[in-house]
Amino acid sequence: MSNYHLDHLQHLETEAIHIMREVAGEFERPALLFSGGKDSICLLRLAEKAFRPSEFPMPLLNVDTGHHFPELNEFRDRRAKQLGAKLIIRTVEDAIAKGIAMPAPGEISRNRLQIPTLLAAIDEFRFDCCIGGARRDEEKARAKERFFSFRDSFGQWDPKNQRPEIWNLYNGRLNPGENMRVFPISNWTEMDVWEYIQREQLEVPSIYFSHQRLCVRRAGQWLPVNALQPPKPGEDVRELVVRVRTIGDIISTGCVESPASTMADIIAEIAAARVTERGSRADDKSSEAAMEDRKKAGYF
Amino acid sequence: MPNFSPSPFMPLNTASPLPVDILRFNTCGSVDDGKSTLIGRLLYDSKSLMEDQIEALERSADITGGGQINLANLTDGLRAEREQGITIDVAYRYFATPRRKFIIADTPGHVQYTRNMVTGASLANLSIVLVDARLGVIEQSRRHTAIAALLRIPHLVVAVNKMDLVGWSEARFLEIRAQFEEFLPRLDIKDVKFIPMSALNGDNVVDASPHTPWYVGPTLLGHLETVHIASDWNLNGFRLPVQWVNRPNNPTDAALHDFRGFSGQIAGGIVRVGQKIIAFPAGLTTTVKQIWTFDGPVQEAFCPQSVTLVLEHDIDISRGSMLVGLDAHLPGSHADLQAEVCWMHPRPLQTGRKYFLKHTAHTVQVAITEIVSKLNLDTLESGSAPAELAMNDIGEIRLRAAKPLVFDGYATNRLTGSFILIEPGTNTTVAAGMMRPPREIVQTVNADYVI
Repeated sequence: MSNYHLDHLQHLETEAIHIMREVAGEFERPALLFSGGKDSICLLRLAEKAFRPSEFPMPLLNVDTGHHFPELNEFRDRRAKQLGAKLIIRTVEDAIAKGIAMPAPGEISRNRLQIPTLLAAIDEFRFDCCIGGARRDEEKARAKERFFSFRDSFGQWDPKNQRPEIWNLYNGRLNPGENMRVFPISNWTEMDVWEYIQREQLEVPSIYFSHQRLCVRRAGQWLPVNALQPPKPGEDVRELVVRVRTIGDIISTGCVESPASTMADIIAEIAAARVTERGSRADDKSSEAAMEDRKKAGYF
Repeated sequence: MPNFSPSPFMPLNTASPLPVDILRFNTCGSVDDGKSTLIGRLLYDSKSLMEDQIEALERSADITGGGQINLANLTDGLRAEREQGITIDVAYRYFATPRRKFIIADTPGHVQYTRNMVTGASLANLSIVLVDARLGVIEQSRRHTAIAALLRIPHLVVAVNKMDLVGWSEARFLEIRAQFEEFLPRLDIKDVKFIPMSALNGDNVVDASPHTPWYVGPTLLGHLETVHIASDWNLNGFRLPVQWVNRPNNPTDAALHDFRGFSGQIAGGIVRVGQKIIAFPAGLTTTVKQIWTFDGPVQEAFCPQSVTLVLEHDIDISRGSMLVGLDAHLPGSHADLQAEVCWMHPRPLQTGRKYFLKHTAHTVQVAITEIVSKLNLDTLESGSAPAELAMNDIGEIRLRAAKPLVFDGYATNRLTGSFILIEPGTNTTVAAGMMRPPREIVQTVNADYVI
């Protein structure tokens, strides 16, 4: 701590801790969205830095689509337990059974159905704020979103009518039924996330590292072979050495061929990468405004 | 019990070369000055763009741009923006070079420019004001520069763009610089840099231009990489606005049973163990017993670190309290406040209206008691008292708070001298405020802690 100088990770960290504590100070019933993915892994470390030696003043919440990678869920449950945090899981399966989420005929993706499931969980626990791990460098609509992102009583984001956010003063005031989504690592890039995970020596799910997997070629990507959408005759199926760069559902997460088996390998790979992380997510490719439309409907 | 120690997973790779720090900057200019093109150029030439982003640009070029790649499409992220070819709101972009990481706030220059620029620039180290070399200084150039000065952004770059369209004329460049130097002395900006460039063609953005042999200064990126920002944070006068009281309340762990810490982000100065501090609003002095962090206790901490302080005495301190060092200049504490505000809402500011004021971690009710003057951004002079302040107006007002605020003048400390106003009912943020220096500082006599 000599020279009174913070490097970029320390700078991003102190900004995020400040935001976490503002959430604890301004909201009655916050929750922290924890999927087990790399971004929310950073959120948990930031929560430790913000709130220890106390317990987290909020539970963890995960919307389980039922299409998660098993490695992810195993890690999610284990990490929550390690930290002594309360983990609430609400499943899309359950929401469908209760009639909260309605799949369209033939709809296999659970992407859209996460939205009503999340909103129902917010309703059930009367959460007034959900902390999420979204970053502005991920996507063009997110690049415009505030740290404190206001949602109306339908959970909707109105990009044209956001509250101005000035200095480090966050306006968390809500009327009943309204909700806030707060993104403490908005200013982090994919590289920052990995460098932070490395510096803090955080464990991540094994699928981020190189492993052997049976993949099927679809729409220019290698998708994991899975029971939900099994390979059809004539499709190109191969056993490859791959890893995932971003984790979505098992049916839409592209695997990249990679020998990266350590954190240092991953960082070197990202430094040399020529496509963005979301380039491997089929759910974002459907149209140029795919994310914007899902956010407007109440997506994370 | 939670496990407080970091998990022993991967050995730390110390060989990884990390950029040293972060520079935040914003770009401002009027509609066709080429802001988005400049940002696109910075990203493109510094090789920060990825293939799928370039592909997406090419895709939209085929659909809407007649085949021409439009670098502005990189920052215009929302559907309405692409359809109307405008930028609605502040967009944030990120790139890095081996020397620095950069956070860009791209602030639109058309309607609502003041509101957007204040939003994008409030925490910036540096502002880039774009000027079209053909037009020279126009009304908007003066306004953007004035707002940068008002927000006390430490560094300013005047990017004289479209130099290719004036034949790379040094005389024209010097003429524009002289136009700026006419009004700059009336603004409090310490560091100004003029750079001739063509964002469209990339001259002097990342690579030095062969067209400007008469210009010996750095390229824009060269300047962004080297400008001295280490002194931009305030290290004089310790201030800790308390965000959260940290009380584990753990009956089974003796070490934590009585732990009572005050968590917050240091908003000014340096704090050391053993240092004498005064806690407001209680107005009582005590000493710092421990500086607690997740990574272990430290002997000193500085702005803008986030810490948890344990104090020698049990004083009434809660969210919104302010801990202040006694070894440097002291803040003021008043309920009657005077401030410059930038109004950000279509419903105008009027005398007598009531709002919530959020200052540091403290929210109080205030009433507007007087509109003192309105700033004319074209002449940079304060006009006489207007009846109201409309959206995008900047003016000086007086307010009366329900409780005294402990604050510094904005010129002394951007974090303890700033506030926002929130409209009750709608909960909209309607103003950004900058405190005038306190009329008098707090009195510390008889403030010693007494049991």
